[in-house]
Amino acid sequence: MDAPSPLPPDFSAWFASRGWSVRAHQLALLEEARAGCSTLLVAPTGAGKTLAGFLPSLVELTQRGTERDGLHTLYVSPLKALAVDIARNLETPIREMGLSVKVETRTGDTSPAKRARQIERPPDILLTTPEQLALLVSHRDAKPFFAGLRRVVLDELHALVTSKRGDLLSLDLARLRALAPQMSAVGLSATVREPADLQAYLGGAETPSGLVTVKGGAKAEIGIMATSRRLPLAGHITAHAVGDIYAAIQAHKLTLVFVNTRMQAEFMFQALWSVNEETLPIALHHGSLDAGQRRKVEAAMAAGKLKAVVCTATLDLGIDWGDVDLVVNVGAPKGASRLMQRIGRSNHRMDEPSQALLVPSNRFELLECRAALDAVAEAAQDTPPPRIGALDVLAQHVLGVACSDGFDPDALYEEVLTASPYADLARADFDAVVDFVATGGYALKSYERFAKLRQSKDGLYRASNARVIQQYRMNVGTIVESTMLKVRLGRSRPARPGGQKMLSRGGRMLGELEEYFAETMTTGDTFIFAGEVLRFEGIVENEVVCSRTAAGTDPKIPSYNGGKFPLSTFLAARVRAILASPKEWTKLPDEVSSWLHAQRLKSRLPKPGELLVESFPRAGRFFLVAYPFEGRLAHQTLGMLLTRRLERARLKPLGFVCNDYGIAVWTLGDMAAAIARGSLSLDELFSQDMLGDDLEEWLAESALMKRTFRSCAVIGGLIERRFPGQEKSGRQVTISTDLVYDVLRRHQPDHVLLRAARADAATGLLDIGRLGQMLTRISGRIVHQPLAHVSPLSVSVMLEIGREAVHGEAADEILAEAEAQMLEEAMA
Amino acid sequence: MTLAAKDTAGVASEAFMLGRLALVPDLSGALYLPDERTLVVADLHLEKGSAYAARGVLLPPYDSAATLRLLGAAILRYQPARVIALGDSFHDRGAEARIDESCLATLRAFQAGRDWLWISGNHDPMISAAMGGTVLDDLDLRGVRLRHEPSPAGALPEIAGHLHPAAKVRMRGRALRRRCFALSPSRCVMPAMGAYAGGLNVRDAAFRPLFGLGFSAHLLGDGRLFRIDQRLLLPD
Repeated sequence: MDAPSPLPPDFSAWFASRGWSVRAHQLALLEEARAGCSTLLVAPTGAGKTLAGFLPSLVELTQRGTERDGLHTLYVSPLKALAVDIARNLETPIREMGLSVKVETRTGDTSPAKRARQIERPPDILLTTPEQLALLVSHRDAKPFFAGLRRVVLDELHALVTSKRGDLLSLDLARLRALAPQMSAVGLSATVREPADLQAYLGGAETPSGLVTVKGGAKAEIGIMATSRRLPLAGHITAHAVGDIYAAIQAHKLTLVFVNTRMQAEFMFQALWSVNEETLPIALHHGSLDAGQRRKVEAAMAAGKLKAVVCTATLDLGIDWGDVDLVVNVGAPKGASRLMQRIGRSNHRMDEPSQALLVPSNRFELLECRAALDAVAEAAQDTPPPRIGALDVLAQHVLGVACSDGFDPDALYEEVLTASPYADLARADFDAVVDFVATGGYALKSYERFAKLRQSKDGLYRASNARVIQQYRMNVGTIVESTMLKVRLGRSRPARPGGQKMLSRGGRMLGELEEYFAETMTTGDTFIFAGEVLRFEGIVENEVVCSRTAAGTDPKIPSYNGGKFPLSTFLAARVRAILASPKEWTKLPDEVSSWLHAQRLKSRLPKPGELLVESFPRAGRFFLVAYPFEGRLAHQTLGMLLTRRLERARLKPLGFVCNDYGIAVWTLGDMAAAIARGSLSLDELFSQDMLGDDLEEWLAESALMKRTFRSCAVIGGLIERRFPGQEKSGRQVTISTDLVYDVLRRHQPDHVLLRAARADAATGLLDIGRLGQMLTRISGRIVHQPLAHVSPLSVSVMLEIGREAVHGEAADEILAEAEAQMLEEAMA
Repeated sequence: MTLAAKDTAGVASEAFMLGRLALVPDLSGALYLPDERTLVVADLHLEKGSAYAARGVLLPPYDSAATLRLLGAAILRYQPARVIALGDSFHDRGAEARIDESCLATLRAFQAGRDWLWISGNHDPMISAAMGGTVLDDLDLRGVRLRHEPSPAGALPEIAGHLHPAAKVRMRGRALRRRCFALSPSRCVMPAMGAYAGGLNVRDAAFRPLFGLGFSAHLLGDGRLFRIDQRLLLPD
C-alpha cells in the first residue's frame, strides 16, 4: 500500500528530533479519528497515552484553514490538577512544532472574566473536569459553543466511571453527542477487566466505541517487605515496619509511601520522622491538608527536592510529579487494580519495571497482600461491575438541560438511554425524575405554583426563573463531602474560676477535619493531625480549635477508623482460598503459617465456600466470631442486623466489632448453649430474610442511611449545599435532612429520592448488595465450632474491641445508660 | 409520685413542680399541666415545608400533617380542656394561606369542645380569626408565666419555647442528639414540636442567662423520656 504517511511532515520531524518513533497505537488512534470513530485506548502507564489521545486533534488543527471554528477538542479529567498538568505537557509539542493551537484550562479556579471570554472566543482545546463540563452543557449558549466540537478526550476513564461522577459525565456525553453529532470520543484507560463496558460508555449504549489495546510493558517487581519486628495480630498502624520503610527510603531516590486513610498518613509521617536521623526530606500529602501546602509538596517533588512522600489516594491518579523509583504500599491493598495503579507511579516509563513493596499491618493483611501479589502476577483485575445510573444524578442533569435550552421529554428520554449507565432506565422512572425536578415529585400536589420547571408554548420544559438557574449552578456536581471543619491552633484558658472556658483563636490554620470525627472528641483528647499531636480544645462556630502538646505526648483518640475502601470481592475470594489450602501456606512467612496451623489445631479452618462461626465464653460474656471476608462495610451492616435478631432471641447482645475479615458479637446470654439446645439456629440467624423487615427497621434510624439520603438530596437538588460561612447562622435555622428523611419515609416511602438512597445503600456505606451475595453463598454451609477459649484467628478480630466504636446499642439504651450514670453518682 | 394518667405510662415522665404548677413532660414534646387540664405545645412551625418551597427548596409537603398527627396523639392521650400553643405555631405569615384544607379540618377538630390559645411568637406575630382559638401575647397560670420567648429577667417562674432545645450525649463511642426539655425549679424551656423544626444545643450561649443554677435535660428518646445530668451534655 502506498498510503501517504499518516503523520504530517512537521510531526514526523518532531518525533525524530526527540529520538522517538511514533507508536502503533498512536497511529491506530489517528486512523480511527480520521474515520470519525470513537475509540477506547487501554494501555499501561508510560505508554504515551496522553499524546496518543491528543495527536489526532493536533494534526487536524494544523491541517485546517486559517478560519477558527470554535472549540475543537474537549478534554475531561477526574482531577483539576491533572488537567493543569496535561495543559503544561501539551505546550511542549505545540511550541516545538510551532503549531498555532490554543490550549486553555477551565476549572473552579478560572476567573469569571476568563470564563466569559472562553464562551465568546473558545480555545481550540479546552481542558476541564466533569463538573465544569456539566456547567458548560447547561449554559444557555451551549448549542453554539459545542456546535463545531470534533473530539472529546476522557482521561483516566476507568477511574471516572465507577462513581456518580461517571453517571453525570455519561449524561453530559450523551448531550454532547446530540449537540455535536460529528463528534467522536477517545477514552484513555488503565487495564480493565471488561473493556466492553467502557466502550459502551464512551460510544453510547447502542454504538460502542472501538478498542485499541497496548500490551504490557515491563513486569513490575513487587515484594512483601520482610520486617525485622514481629507482624502484629491486629491493628492498622504498621508501627512494626517503620524502621524497614525508612531503610528503603534511604536506599532509593524518591519513594512514594501510599496509605489508605488520612489518619494512617498522619501516623506514618510522624513515625518516619521520629526515626529520621539523617533528616531526609520526607513530606506529607493528603486531601485534608491546606491546598497551598499540598501545592508546595507537589512542586518540591517535581523539582526533585524530596526523598519520600507519605500520601493517600490523592496521588493515586496519573499525575507525573517526579522521578519516583519506589512505591511502598502500607496496609492491605484492598483491590488488585488499585494496587496496579499505585505501583505504576514508580518508574513512569514503559520499558523499566516498576518497583514496589507491600507492607501489611497485621497477619490478615499479609494474607491479603499475598493474594494481591498473585493477582498482579496474573494481571487479574477486580474492576467493579458497571454502574446503574443514579436517579439523583439524573435529576441534576434534567435540571441542567432545562437551564440551557429546555427539553422535550420524549427526546431527552431517548438521549438519556444512550448513556450506558442509564441504558435500561424505565420511562416511568424518567418521568418520576422530571416530576421530582419540577415540583418535588410528591403524591400531594401542592407545589404546582412553586414549580421549578414549566412547559412553554413550544412544548419544551424550561427552568421557570433565574433563581432556579442560579440554584442549579451553585449545586452542580456529585461530590458531597462530609461537612469539614477547619482546624486552627488556638489556646484554651479558664476565664474565671467556674466560668466558661475561653477559646482564643487566631492561630495558624492547619487543614480540615470531618465534622463527625470532631464530634467524637471532647476537650483534652489528643490526636494526630498535620504531622503533630494536637490537643482538642473545642469547636468554635465552624472551626476546631486545638493546641500543641508537649513532645512525646501519645495520641489518645484512635487514629484509624478502618480502611476507606473495603476489601474487594475478588481479593476476598483469593484470601479465603489461601486459608483453605495449607499447600499455599509455604509462601507465607513462618509466623503467619504457624498462626494458621495453630488455628487448625485449636479450632478449624473453613473449607472453600464455608462460613466458619466460632463461639466461646470470655470474661463473663459470650462471643460469636464469624469470618465472611466481605469487607468492613458489609460486616457492619451484618452486625447491626445480627444484634437485632439476637435481641429477639433474648440473648441480650451487648455489641459487636468488625474488620474487613470478620465480625465478633457478644452477648450476656450463652449462644453456644442456645445452639446446642436447638433454641438458636445459625442457619436462621444468618438467613437471607434478614434483608427484609429487619433491614427496613434498622434503615429507619441508621445514621449511615441518613447520611446517604443527605447526599442524594444535595445531588438531586432538593436542598442546597452548605457553603462555608453559612454554618454560622446556626443549626436551628438550617433545615436538617434527617428530619426530612423521617417525614418522607413515613409519608411517601417510594419517593424517587428514597429510591436513590436505597440504591446507594446497596453498594455504598451499607454494602447491602455484597451482604446479600454473602448470605446466599454461605446458605446451608455454616460450620459452628464451639470453643473453650479465644481461637488464634479470632484474636485478630477481638483486638478491634477498644479500638473501634462498639455498635449495636439502640438509641434508648445509650440514653438509659447516661441517665443511670447520674443516678449512680447521686446514690454514691 | 406519678400524676400522669394511666394510659400514658411510658410516654409521660414524672411530674415536676414549677412554683405551684405541676408539669408532666410528654414524649411528644408536649407538656401536660394536670391541675389545669391543659396541654402546652411549642414551636409547631406549621407550613415550614411550603415556606421553603416558595423559595425554591421543594421539601416534602407533609410536615404540617406530621406535626398535627403528633399533637393529635397527645390530645387523645390527655383529653385536655385547654390547649396552649406557645408561639411560632405558624412558620411565617403566608402559612395560613398555604395550609391545606385537610390540615385545617384536623386543626378545627382539635379545637372543638376545648379552649384553644395561640400565644404569638416571632414567626407568627399575627394569627387571623380563621385559625380559630384566641390569640394572646402571654398568659399567667397559678403564678407561672407562659410566653413564647424566655425572658432572663422575668420575676415569675416561666414556661417558654422559642429556643428549640436539643441535647447531645455520648456513651461508648456513640453520640446522640435529641430534642429535650430544659428544666430548672423556676423555668421550663420546651422542645419544638414541628416536624421540620431544628434544635439548638442547650450548651449554646443562648441558654446561659436562663439557667444560673443549672438545669436538667429531659431528652425525647424513642420509647420514653430520659433525664440527663447537665454535666453529661456535650456541645455540638
